[in-house]
Parts: sequence; C-alpha cells; structure tokens
Amino acid sequence: MAIATIMLVDDEVPFVEAMTKRLTRRDLEVDQAFSGDEALKKLTDGTKTEVVILDVKMPGMDGIEALKAIKTKVPLVEVIMLTGHATVESAIEGMKLGAFDYLLKPCDMDHLIAKVTEAASRKRQQEEKIINARIKEITARLA
Amino acid sequence: MNQKPKSLSPYYRSLTRNMVLLVMIISLAPMVIVTAIILNQFSASYHEKVFDHLEELVLKHKQNIDGFLEEKLQNIRFLADNIDFGQLELNGIIGKHFARLQNVYGTVFVDLGIINEQGDQIAYAGPFKLGKARYADADWFKKAIESRYFTSDVFLGLRGTPHFIITVRKTWQGQKYIIRATIDFVSFNRLVENVRIGETGFAYILNREGRFQTKPIFDFTPTLDIYTRYFSSLERMAKDVEIEERLDGAGVKSLYVSALLKDGDWLLVYKQASRDAFSDLGNAQLIAIVFFVLGGIVIVALAISMSAKMVRRISTSDREKEIMNQQVIETGKLASVGELAAGIAHEINNPVAIMVEEAGWLQDLMEDGAFKSEEDIKEFERALNQIRTQGRRCKAITHKLLSFARKTDSRIEDFEIGPLIEEVVSLSAQRAKYSNVELVTHLEPKLPAISASHSELQQVFLNLINNALDAMDKTGGSLEVNARQEEGNIIIDVADNGPGIPKANLARIFDPFFTTKPVGSGTGLGLSICYGIIHKMGGEIVVKSAVDVGTTFQIRIPVKTDEPEASDAQIQSDAIN
Repeated sequence: MAIATIMLVDDEVPFVEAMTKRLTRRDLEVDQAFSGDEALKKLTDGTKTEVVILDVKMPGMDGIEALKAIKTKVPLVEVIMLTGHATVESAIEGMKLGAFDYLLKPCDMDHLIAKVTEAASRKRQQEEKIINARIKEITARLA
Repeated sequence: MNQKPKSLSPYYRSLTRNMVLLVMIISLAPMVIVTAIILNQFSASYHEKVFDHLEELVLKHKQNIDGFLEEKLQNIRFLADNIDFGQLELNGIIGKHFARLQNVYGTVFVDLGIINEQGDQIAYAGPFKLGKARYADADWFKKAIESRYFTSDVFLGLRGTPHFIITVRKTWQGQKYIIRATIDFVSFNRLVENVRIGETGFAYILNREGRFQTKPIFDFTPTLDIYTRYFSSLERMAKDVEIEERLDGAGVKSLYVSALLKDGDWLLVYKQASRDAFSDLGNAQLIAIVFFVLGGIVIVALAISMSAKMVRRISTSDREKEIMNQQVIETGKLASVGELAAGIAHEINNPVAIMVEEAGWLQDLMEDGAFKSEEDIKEFERALNQIRTQGRRCKAITHKLLSFARKTDSRIEDFEIGPLIEEVVSLSAQRAKYSNVELVTHLEPKLPAISASHSELQQVFLNLINNALDAMDKTGGSLEVNARQEEGNIIIDVADNGPGIPKANLARIFDPFFTTKPVGSGTGLGLSICYGIIHKMGGEIVVKSAVDVGTTFQIRIPVKTDEPEASDAQIQSDAIN
C-alpha cells in the first residue's frame, strides 16, 4: 500500500510533472491539479486524497483562498503549503487558517515525504477518532 | 564653492540683464525726477532773483541819472533866475556864475552861455572860444527856444567833442533868451559806466534814433527796431523796467534790462550775457550733473555686480536643486525596484524549483541504475532539456531586472518609445498574471523618436503599471497601454478598469509623499517623480478617473523635431483649422 494519497496543486506544469514522477517512485499516490479551482473540484467530486500540497501563489484563486475552500468543504483533508520565499507571510497565514505545515520551494524530498507521512497519519487518526466517536454514539444508543 | 566663474546659460544671462535694468530703473528714476524738480525749481527761483536784482539795479540807476539831469537843470534854473539881463556886462556875470558852479560842482559843467532869440551867443564862460558862436541853425536851439527847459541829446556841436547841453529859456523885455550849460560828457558817462556786473554786464543809453548817448564799454551797433520796440512797450506798460532775454547781434543769449530816461527821450539799457548773469546757477547745475553722473555710475556698477552675484547664487541653488531631484528620482527608483524584486524572486523560484526536481529525478533514475534502456535515455534527454529551458527562463528574468536596476542614467538620448514600453510591460507581466490582470498593449507602428532619458522614462511606466496592478490586486481586471502619434506629440494612455481614485484624492495624487497605501508600503513619491520627469522633458501628464470605472493616465511627450519648420507648418495648419 502506498504511504499516502496526495494531490499536487501548482500552476507550473513542468514542476508538477517532475514532482509527480519522483513522489510516485517513493510510493506515494499522486493526483494533479493546475489551479485552485481544479483542485477543489477534484476534492469535492470525491477522491481518496489525504494530503494536498498547495502552491500559495497562483493566478486566479490563490493558495489562501483555495485553502479556505478546502477547509470548508473537506475539512479532514490536510493541506501543506508550498511557497517561494517572497510569500512566507501568506504561508504562515495559511497555517493560522488550518494548514498542516508549510514548505519552501525548492523543497527537500526527504523532508517533504516526512511531512506528507505525518500529515497523512494525522488525517487517518482524525478519521479514526471520528469513526470511534460514531461507534460510541451508536453503541450508546443501542444500550 | 571654489568653482571658476563659467559663462552662464542664456536663461541666466537674460535674468541678469532684467535684474540690472530693474535695479537701475528703480534707483535712477527717483534720482532723475528729484534732481530735475530741484534743478527746475532752483533755476526758476534763481531767475526770479536775478531778474529782481537787475530790475532794482536799473531802476536805481535810472533814478540816479534822472536825478543827475534834474539836479543840473535845477542848478541852471536857479542861475537863470539870478541873472540880471539889464546889465551889459553879461560876460562878466556869466563868468562869475560859472566860476561859482565849478566851485560847487566841480567840472561837471564845462561851460555856460547866453543866447538870444536870433541864435547868437551873447555871453560865454568856459574853456572854448565860442564867444560869438551862432546857433540859429542848430537843432537843439530850435527845440530849446520852443520850451522852457531842454536837455539835448549828445552831439558833437561846434567844439567837435561829444557833449550835451541843458538850457533854460527866460524872457526879458519881450525878448527870449536861452541860458545854456554844457555837461561834461566824461562825468555823465561815468554814471553809466559804473553800472557793471560780472564780466559781461554793462549799461548804455540810447536816444530815440538809436544813437548812443554814452560810450559803451563794448563796441557794437545797436539794432534800431528792437530799441524802438522797447521804447513803445515801456511807454505802454505801467512798469518802469522791462527785462527781456534774447540773442544779441553776436548770437550770444543775453539779458536786456531797459528803462526810460529823461521823460522818455532816452533809453537806459543794461545788457549782460545770460551765462554770466546765471553763472552761479550754471555752477550749481554743473555740480548737480557731476554728482548725478557719479551716483549713476556707482548705481550701475552696484546693480551689475549685485545682479551677477545673485544670479550666480541662483544658478548654484538651481544646480543643487537639480542634484536633489536626481536623488529623489533615485530613491523612487529604489522603491520600485524593491517592489519589483519581490515579485521577481518568486518568479525565479519557480524555474529553480523545476530544475531541482528534474535534477532530483535524474538522480533517482541513476540510483536505480536503469538508464541503459532506450526509454530511460529519452527520459534523461527530456529532463536535461527541461533544466536548460528553465535555466534560460531564470536568465531572462534576471536580465530584465538587471537592465532596470542599473544606476539611473539621466542622459538624454533619442530612441523609440515602443520597445521601452514593451520591456516594462514584460517586466510586469508575471505580476499581472498573479493579480489576474489582463495586460495588453496597443502601440501604433513606426512611432517617431523622442528625446529623453531612457531609464527615467522606464521608471515612469513602471510606476504607472505598478500602481494600476496594486489597485487591481484583489479584484483583477484589465490594463491597457496605448501609444499613438498626434500633432507632433506622442500620446500614451495607461488605462485600467480598477476601483478608480476618489475625487478627494484626485487633486493630490501628484503631490510628493501623498499615498493611500498603509505606512511602510509606499513612499508616496512615485507619481510625483513621474510628474517631474515628464515635465522636465516638456511633456504633460494628466489623470482621469471615476470610482468603479477605472483610471487613465495620459502622457503627452513632444516628438523630437529635426526640422523646426515642420512644426511651424503644423502650428499654422492648426491655426487655420
């Protein structure tokens, strides 16, 4: 089984493609989106994406807006902000809005994998907790 | 500043000239007016004084001479009353009387005689041998026998020397007798000769025929008609003395003071050259003129030296201002470069990230050791190509930045504006893309060259485009840059459809340090610097804006003209239209 299922969101197509190859090679399942809108659409259509790696600066809907939308529509999906140095402030702002962490471009592959693994496990924990809570609720009702 | 005084530009030369003229007019005009008024007043009052003085002098002498004549006549009348014609020894009596006269009055009386009705001198006392002289045909006798008292004009008579006589008529036993006394011409002449003032002032007496009754000091021939006029005007007028200033026979302006003598028979004339009479006035005027000229020279010298000094000071401060302006432009440029750099750093980050990932991918492949297959080698080539492409992208971006970040060069060059606008637009393209702004240019082909500083103009467009992008950062929109030629000018519009500028701010946007951005985000110098740069090159920048519709900055830059006639013709045709 793959380490995690992720989605790369960036307007730079060559970047997304190179990253996809490298991450796939490292046992990650990678989905691609080239704008905030596309990412949102794919997420709400129901994918098994656990972690979104989201570029901050994009034409049209930028990273922060996309993050807000993701957190509203699919709150359990973890988001890692990917940023150039010039937009560190907005990445930090993203953290306040509920992003898991932020990474600087160009990013170190091992560091990225570690972060994604962490994020994915947290997502799974959260899901587990929710399932447990539901089970408790159901059993409580039965009792 | 220890700069050598260098030749000033025409602007400063005309400034100097205007200042010199102004200072000279302001300081010389009151001086001229005051001097003229004072001189005029002084001259008028001095003329009056001189006229009064001469009038009085002539009047006094008229009275003197009249008195002298009257006195002599009285003497003879007194004598006549004392002569007893009954006595035959008239000669003896006359001699006695004559001796007594000479005793009392000196040699004023030259001789004394008695003449009967027939004109024969019947008695005589005096130095001449005129005992039996006959005067029946003499003019004076004819007049003397007609009136009781008579004073003759000066004539030569029998003795051949100039003299005049006083006669008193007396009737005795039905016979008329004339007692005649001759007045010494020299002593009478002395009365008039004494009237002397200055170098040229002298007096003389004329009779109605214009003949001299005294011997004038200066030899000249009197003009008869003028003196006839004096006679008539003095008789007409109540005044005793008349003064006239006119040219004399020799063409010298002279004063003529005249008075009637001897019941209007004689004319006493005092003549003096005006220059002499008013010599004090002349001196005063000369001194005034000398002072005026000296003062004028000092004023002119001061005006010139002070103006030169002031203008030099002005030109120095203008130069300093120019340096300051340059520094402000430099500062503004730093600000816009900083803004630009943030965007560009991000732009470079993207290709760098791609290169890193591609290189990492190659490394991954190598670690697998599987690059022997055809497929792997293709993948290798593709990755390397991608790295090269992205590397070039980095290079292009850094070059754009470098070309702009060079030190501001305010040298004026001739260049076309199209490529410059394209360059600035491409620099901002990435930022526009992220702000979701559609950035388009419509440049008329073959725009003529303009004369300006390349880097300063770059800054103008960068500022305008940056401002527009800032305004539309949140909303997105479109930004159009249009350039066209219009009547010897190039018109460039930078038009956005952003939020617009509120009316209250519109009037102030070109003011230095006016900004609507939060503290620390903008200097407020951008538009002020644009305004300065455009105006320096003789152009114009205006703004039209409506809230929620958009903002248009319009720049007009004059085209560089090689032939000034062409632009003249342009203006003419404009006038006709």
